[in-house]
Amino acid sequence: MKADPKNVLVGSHYLDGNHACAEGAIAAGCKFFGGYPITPSTEIAERVSRRFPLVGGVFVQMEDELASMGAILGAAWGGVKSMTCTSGPGFSLMMENFGLGIMLETPCVLVNVQRGGPSTGLPTLPGQADMMQARWGSHGDYEVIALAPDSPQESFELVIHAFNLSEKYRMPVLVMTDECVGHMTEKVIIPPAEEIELVERNYTDKKPGEAWPYEDTKNLLSPLLPVGKGYKFHVTGLTHDQRGYPIINDEAQEWNVRRLIDKVTKNVDDIVWLEEKDVEGAEIVVMAYGITSRVVQPAIAKAKKDGIKIGMIKMVTVWPFPEKRVKELADKVKALIMVEMNYGQVFLEMDRCVAGKCQTYFVGHAGGTVHNPEDVYKTIKEAVK
Amino acid sequence: MITEVAQQKQEHPMEKLLRMDRIPHIWCPTCGIGTTVTALAVALEQLELDLDNVAVVSGIGCTGRVAGYMKLDSFHTTHGRAIPFAFGLHVARPDMKVIVFSGDGDLISIGGNHFIHTARRNVDITVICVNNFIYAMTGGQVAPTTPLTAKSSTSPYGNYEHPFNLPLLAASSGAVYVARWTALHIRRLTTAFKEAISKRGFSFVEVIAPCSTLYARLNKLGDGLDLMKFYHDNSIIKHGADPKDIDIEYQSKITVGKFVDIEKPTFLDCLNNRNKEVFGDKYKIYGGGNGHNRD
Repeated sequence: MKADPKNVLVGSHYLDGNHACAEGAIAAGCKFFGGYPITPSTEIAERVSRRFPLVGGVFVQMEDELASMGAILGAAWGGVKSMTCTSGPGFSLMMENFGLGIMLETPCVLVNVQRGGPSTGLPTLPGQADMMQARWGSHGDYEVIALAPDSPQESFELVIHAFNLSEKYRMPVLVMTDECVGHMTEKVIIPPAEEIELVERNYTDKKPGEAWPYEDTKNLLSPLLPVGKGYKFHVTGLTHDQRGYPIINDEAQEWNVRRLIDKVTKNVDDIVWLEEKDVEGAEIVVMAYGITSRVVQPAIAKAKKDGIKIGMIKMVTVWPFPEKRVKELADKVKALIMVEMNYGQVFLEMDRCVAGKCQTYFVGHAGGTVHNPEDVYKTIKEAVK
Repeated sequence: MITEVAQQKQEHPMEKLLRMDRIPHIWCPTCGIGTTVTALAVALEQLELDLDNVAVVSGIGCTGRVAGYMKLDSFHTTHGRAIPFAFGLHVARPDMKVIVFSGDGDLISIGGNHFIHTARRNVDITVICVNNFIYAMTGGQVAPTTPLTAKSSTSPYGNYEHPFNLPLLAASSGAVYVARWTALHIRRLTTAFKEAISKRGFSFVEVIAPCSTLYARLNKLGDGLDLMKFYHDNSIIKHGADPKDIDIEYQSKITVGKFVDIEKPTFLDCLNNRNKEVFGDKYKIYGGGNGHNRD
């Protein structure tokens, strides 16, 4: 299915990452946005509130982030594409209903423009320290999909991609951007609608009375049931069976939680998106995501000039973690280096997958600014010693 | 003759509106929630609504289980967040009747902020609050509705916090329909539900309901029948009473009736009116996310 031309602001624009996120959502056909102001994400809500009236969408400034996340789930079950955006403290408040979205298997998109934390932290400065919260922030076991754009252009594209993944895998999808990308202004090319591919919501083709909300289909991707069409279905945040009825025992728990995990882990090859450069034959590979994947590039170029065989992996998807690829590389390279704006979050996943088969290095700091490429260069030099 | 009777018995009178495959329900004998559910089911039947177009949203707690038993599109959400979920559902599908059915702790304590703001916006949904003065599902803890001096498992020496007056809270927040009845007043409650569901805007019905397992036992008030008798002897019907004057004190008289029934543009009316004013013909009246226009 192609995007609706009414929703696509075709052309070459000069936008920051937050405005680009808003345009991505509109192009993807988002029709409900519930949000609460929070620095540095607010421009997304502002642009949506300005653009929505003439594209048939409803923007609502909710009373808090708990309500924002709850309302976008309700809107999604009402049949529309829905989204919210936030930053650190708001992300914490959204976590409970994010879990409900996972449990009910609800398609929607949540953008977190990361700032420095913990608590109020650095509202106006960047961080990448919510990555483990993205992975484990709501209670219980489940899998998530999280994307990390490195530019305004990618913010536009990845919000559309997030909507597509959310429809395909029937789950909330996270876009983990940061203050730097959010407030960085660059050229954004918005292509014509016919070049924007959208995934249509998968509704059941069965009749009312014959369909259940969590049918155990082979690939675990059960079609949704529409409201208002006589299905009279029930869904609950309690552990449930395929009918959506609560079942409080260990057997149902295993079925339900396995389903939430397996639908992602069994489709990692489809979900994981890495952009690799000069990785084949490299001795050292630098891994990074979001803005950091741009900041490491001068350091890599400098190391290359020194004659170091160095490659790079930009993780467009951070979760699910590219476990298979990292395990492959661990057998081939001398060292893997993770660079991120935190004190070691995604690094721990990389280190776990490497399992001692090559050296691992971490370049991080507490946030507030992007890395100095020189720090990355120093670590590269140490790794080749 | 005998076969006829047997066949008649197999069909529950509320079968059209209840998920019979989930019965027996979890509620205790003499609990007021069942009566309230019956009143809603009767109201929906009498309104002759297209039941495909009615959705129920609940939060967490004893009353939170209602969504699971009603044969409608039904959503059992998180604690306190039934109203925002229902709000999103309503905005996506304004052609549907969205009913929030939950308890006092869920709607007024943890969900209190959503309650006042959704009333303020005059969102066209109906909120039914079963008030049993206590957190029942978790074992009888004190609630923001527990009358002063009443005992609970976390106010063992008697509650010393001022409780909320729910009709006053709803009315002052902006609700256009506000009523209070007890689980004893089943016909009047049914009428209130019919009026509330038919009302355009934020409608609120408080239902004072017996919890004999916890509230009555902890306060030595007898069993369910004693509580119903108490409601019978102590309810004062006073339509149009000023919500300021209808606080509930421990074992006091309970003022019931319809207190507010006014007209006011709804959230979506206001959204459409404003945008029409600003954008003129360029603006297409919003009637739902997928073009479910009302006109």
